[in-house]
Amino acid sequence: MVNDATAVEARARAQIDELYRSESRRVLATLIRLLGDFDVAEEALHDAFAAAVERWPSEGPPQHPRAWLISTGRFKAIDRFRRQARFDASFAAVADRWEAAMPGSAFDSEAIEDDRLRLIFTCCHPALAADARIALTLREVCGLQTEEIARAFLVPAPTLAQRIVRAKDKIRAAGIPYQVPEMGDLPERLDTVLHVIYLVFNEGYAASSGASLTRHDLSTEAIRLARLVVELLAEPEAIGLLALMLLHDARRDARSDADGHIVLLDDQDRTRWNRAQIAEGQLLVEQALASRRFGPYTIQAAIAAVHAEAADPGATDWSQIVGLYDVLLRIDASPVIELNRAAAIAMRDGPEAGLALINAILARGDLVDYRLAHSARADLHRRLGEHAAAIAAYERALALTRQEPERQFIEQRLHQLRTSPRCPMPPA
Amino acid sequence: MRYLCLIYDAESKWTTMTPAETGAFMGEYGAFTENVKASGHYIGGNPLKPTSTATTVRVRSGKISTTDGPFAETKEQLGGYYLIEAKDLNDAIQVAARIPSARIGSIEVRPIMEMPHP
Repeated sequence: MVNDATAVEARARAQIDELYRSESRRVLATLIRLLGDFDVAEEALHDAFAAAVERWPSEGPPQHPRAWLISTGRFKAIDRFRRQARFDASFAAVADRWEAAMPGSAFDSEAIEDDRLRLIFTCCHPALAADARIALTLREVCGLQTEEIARAFLVPAPTLAQRIVRAKDKIRAAGIPYQVPEMGDLPERLDTVLHVIYLVFNEGYAASSGASLTRHDLSTEAIRLARLVVELLAEPEAIGLLALMLLHDARRDARSDADGHIVLLDDQDRTRWNRAQIAEGQLLVEQALASRRFGPYTIQAAIAAVHAEAADPGATDWSQIVGLYDVLLRIDASPVIELNRAAAIAMRDGPEAGLALINAILARGDLVDYRLAHSARADLHRRLGEHAAAIAAYERALALTRQEPERQFIEQRLHQLRTSPRCPMPPA
Repeated sequence: MRYLCLIYDAESKWTTMTPAETGAFMGEYGAFTENVKASGHYIGGNPLKPTSTATTVRVRSGKISTTDGPFAETKEQLGGYYLIEAKDLNDAIQVAARIPSARIGSIEVRPIMEMPHP
């Protein structure tokens, strides 16, 4: 009998742990709406799960665990404030307000789904500092611990904790509403949300060295976030961003060798690309393009899809890629996109054509301190067999790079150039 | 919630505008003010005389010291304000974005700290 009881208890605990993983963010999102404050809602969330741990093993789990957790959390918060009211009367007024403000629709599944969107849009509100949006989103929407986020972004935990505290203070003090933006504001506000997701992804994706395990998790987290946004709000650019990240992330394993060294797109073992993820990304790109309301993320995803279609580098459809960069430049002109277009032109029309475009960008004074502009130039000179010019450009890139794997890559190229015979190599 | 919208722009622009341009801009302000009165956002608001008329006052060790000019020399100067009642920050941002100077200068939106009334 004792063993049976223990087994029941263990099962209940396992169920609660699982529920915490799958439901705690939803429950939190709804508690913030009902209680009007992030910190109070977080406390209520923990009280609710503590109550579940205490009661479910003996009483059995409720029929609707999510609703149970929400209403238990809400009652715990009211209770807490009633007790505080003995010392400070203002708490009583707050507790009264919470008790009164309980619309019949509070537990509608639709309202609860909307709460997750409310939470995302509030955490990514443009009135919050850009780095605080990222920290708050990872903390509240993804449920990452402050220490985990700090480690992934290479900042001290107290600094990150401070960012989150400041952001919550501003939400409270400046009256940032817990709302999904109205239709008129939606495109602009969605841009901010997608940008947060994109930055989280890049933070994880740009780091490719062995010591970056926690940072890879950021890419996974960004993809999960984008899936959530797409599920709740099927906007073409959200779909495009999800596709873009899936297609890039599909190459993750092939992007570095066993020692953590960079492997360029041309040299990657394409059998190591994640085909299932590529197929999903391609489908999403088509879906976003078909909407005819797509933007820069969708076009970048389309470019990534063209790369993914090629069984080997030689089979890449560079004309199509140049065409997509032309479209991208029309809707989102920037020197970095011009640089990428120049690299595609070099592949389609030869290194001289690409070099002329890159030199024109630099001559204008753009990208002069951008390491990738110099490494792209270096590569084109190298392919033309112009070793001295290639070495000079790689040296400039080396001086500007801060990433260890990138530094090693450039040094290896420099070593090859300095030791190889000075005869022109045929263009690759 | 109440918010103070502080209007910052370059005073020097008034010297480069033609009388017709100045008139048109003031007309826009008139229309904006009517609009926010009608929508119930307006509590108060005023333009300020230029910073050349400003005096900065400090009291140190019980002594008043005054200096000519604004608290800080900046590229854009405080030129006026609106005190508004808004549902929340999103609502306040929508109002602030319609202040004519938002197109050439900046509007700082600050929530009013509500003090308990005795």
